[in-house]
Formats: sequence, structure tokens, C-alpha cells
Amino acid sequence: MKEEIIVSGRMNPKIDPVLHVWGWEIPIYLFLGGLVAGILFFAAFMYLRGKEDAYAAAVKKAPLFTPIFLGLGLFALFLDLTHKPYFWRLYTTIKLESPMSWGAWTLMIVMPLALFWGFSYVREVYPQIDFRVSWLQKLESFFQSKRREMAWVLIFMSVILGIYTGILLSAFNARPLWNTSILGPLFLVSGLSAGAALIMMLSKDRAERKLFSQIDLALIGIELFLIIHMFMGFMASTEVQIEAAQLFLGGAYTLPFWILVVILGMALPAVLEIWELRGHHIPAYIPALLILFGSLCLRFIITYAGQASRYLY
Amino acid sequence: MRYAMAIDTKKCVGCSDCVVACQTENNVPVGYCRDWIVEVTDGTYPQLELEIRSERCNHCDNSPCVRCCPTGASHYDEGGIVLVDHDMCIGCAACIASCPYDARFTHPDGYVDKCTFCFHRVKKGQQPACVEVCPTKCMYFGDLDDPDSEVSVMLKKRKYKTLVPEAGTKPQVYYLI
Repeated sequence: MKEEIIVSGRMNPKIDPVLHVWGWEIPIYLFLGGLVAGILFFAAFMYLRGKEDAYAAAVKKAPLFTPIFLGLGLFALFLDLTHKPYFWRLYTTIKLESPMSWGAWTLMIVMPLALFWGFSYVREVYPQIDFRVSWLQKLESFFQSKRREMAWVLIFMSVILGIYTGILLSAFNARPLWNTSILGPLFLVSGLSAGAALIMMLSKDRAERKLFSQIDLALIGIELFLIIHMFMGFMASTEVQIEAAQLFLGGAYTLPFWILVVILGMALPAVLEIWELRGHHIPAYIPALLILFGSLCLRFIITYAGQASRYLY
Repeated sequence: MRYAMAIDTKKCVGCSDCVVACQTENNVPVGYCRDWIVEVTDGTYPQLELEIRSERCNHCDNSPCVRCCPTGASHYDEGGIVLVDHDMCIGCAACIASCPYDARFTHPDGYVDKCTFCFHRVKKGQQPACVEVCPTKCMYFGDLDDPDSEVSVMLKKRKYKTLVPEAGTKPQVYYLI
């Protein structure tokens, strides 16, 4: 039998035998970033369609969580840095070729917008809050008057944020599993679906829950379509990408991917939502939590499996 | 000016002198290496062929690590040498993930580290430490733009290959085969 044996004397920590420079911090951030992108997209979209009262959970309630989620995500990113005192270097330059650089700048725009948007609605959601100081009230009415402008910026920036969580990985051609442009749209759709799921969970309104359940159903369909396309692309590509796809088609990540992400995170909630739409009663939090769980698992599995895929030479 | 290295796989015996010389010269932390030996055996027994390579950062012309660095810490220096500015590196590890050769690692002090082609020696007109100590003299370092440099001459005389050219990185460490 013709064989090839490669023996390397290199044993650098976190590099060999399998690359593992990115632990839990990156997938947690990718999940939270995608979730925030999803929530803010629907908030801005529904606001611009003039549905802020009809879909109050989407426009008013869910966005209140976004600065917290984004803050936690950024903190996870910060924990991931190994040269922490220099983190501010991200903001001394703009490097268009580096997804991480424009991701950092995107967050710089989205984070304050998420804060201002939530701030402009916080008293509507929690009327017991009382701004005793007059400048807070002035600030509040200022942001209330700028909601339309904020919504237009948010609708674009949230899509960029959602896509960026995928492009961050897909820009690395050294890791064949990540090196597919499907990853941007896939993570965007997964983020939108997670956002819709959270809105569904928070909503007290039947019509709103129904709408977001239908949106989620459509998004799950798109996700499955993108996943099939991703594998078709891999199988029709070069050897390294065929091998990368094998990680999910019989390799180490087969069971976690198909069971946790596709079955529990997509197929099962889709079936439950179809059931619900047909008139059976299913508590909204069950499909919603499954979708959120699947979305989180997708980030973990892609981040970890990608590091296991490589060029062998 | 375009610095490059040519390594003769027919002369290399895999003694790891280059690895130790680099660790000593560059104070590489214990347990890490900036260059390393790879042995590839292939064929059908008993017709086997062994190739020994001393590998390191390829100082690529189209470096994914420079492209993905969000702060500009990874940069091209004089003669195309790829360096990491420690005071600009935030340790995000994007460059580590981007390198198809896995030539980079996180230094215990936090920043990302890798082979520098011994830039501090090259600036003084010396050879990189690995080249200097090689007991079989299988490594050649120099300027590709100078047609008379040792590395240019060897690449004209001999057949060569680079590692993973399909990754599109345009590596500048050449293996004479």
C-alpha cells in the first residue's frame, strides 16, 4: 500500500497536534453578536414599517437586552486576547482587508446605537422607572426624536454585524472548513433566527408570537438550504475541502453537528412551529430555546471543527 | 530587495541544529520553536523515499497573516520579511488561524511570535542563525533580486518546490528537490 507518513518535530502549545487557539470565547461572541444583529434588525425593520406598537416585543422589549448581550460578547472577545493591555490598538487603525478590524469598528457603531435605542424605549417598557434629572429626560426625548434615523443605520449595521460573524471565519483560507463564503449568510440567517426566537419568547402578544414563529420557520428553511449548499460546495471543491466536509460526514463532528445543530436546533423547532400553526398548543419558549441552543452549537462546532481542518503537506 | 531562503532537502539530515540555534539566538521560550524538522516518508515498502525539511515561517509575498491582522502589528518589513510588532499585537490569534503552515504561536508574554529570518542579524550583514550553524550547509539565504546571490544561483541551478503553493501565499522559503 502506498503510504505517506509525516513526522513533525514541532509541538507548540495550542498549535500542535491540532490547532486550538480559539476556545469558548469566540463562539460565545459569535453567538451573542449574531443574536444582537437579529434582534436589532427586526426592531429597526418593524419600526420602519410603523409597527412599533403592534410588535412591541420586537421593537421595544428585546432591544433592551442587546447592550447587555453585546457587552458580554465583547467581554468574551477581550478575554480571548492574550496581549490584553494593548486591545486599544484595534482603534488606532482601520484595516479594510482585515475582517476583525472592520468588525471592531462595526461594534463601535452598533454598541452605542443599541444603547440609545434601548434608552429611548426603556420607560415605555418599564413605566415605573423615573428619570429624576432633567438632562436625562432631555436626552431621552432627543433619542426618541431620532428613532427613524437610528433605525435606518441599525438595519444596515445589524446585517453587517450578522454577516461579519461568519466572514470573520470564512476569511481564513488556511482552514478549509471555514473558507466558504456561505458562512457569512449562514451565520447571518442563524443570527436572525436566534433574534426572532428571543422575540417570540419575550412577546406577550399572540399575533406577534405567531408572526415571529412563521419568520423563524422560513429562516430555518433558508438555513437548511445554506447548509446543503455549503456541503455541495465542499464536495465539489479541492481535496482539503472534501476532507474538511468529512469532519461532518463521518468524522469527529458528525454526531454533534447533525444531532445538536440540525435535528435539535432546526428540524425539531420547525416541526413544533408547524404544529403550533396548525392549532396545537405548544409553549413558545420550547421551540425558541431549541433555536437559540442550535444557534449556539453551530458557532461552537464550526469554530472548533474549522481549527481541526487544515492543509496537509 | 527580496529576502528568501533555499533549503536543500537532499543535504538536510534532520539534525535539528537549526532548531536549537534559533531557540538560543532568539530566546525562544522553552517548549516552543520558530523552526522545526519535518520528515516525510512516502512510497510502498520497500521502495520508500524520505524527505527531510527544516521548516519555518515562509515570509510569504501574499501573507494571509498580514492581511488579517486588525492592528497592523503583522507587517512586511525590509526585503519582504514578515514581522510582528510586539507593542501593536493584541494577541487575537487571527494570524495564527490564517497561516496554512502553522508557523506562528502565542508567546507566553502574550504577543504572537514567529521566525523573523533573524532580521536583527540580517541587518548587520550576517546570516540567520539557522543558516549559520547548519553542519551540512544545506540552507542558503539571500536576496532574490540579486542574480548573483547564493539563493538566486541555487534556484537557477536546481529544481525546487514551495509548501502549499495552492494556498496562494507565494511562500519565499524554497525547497531544493
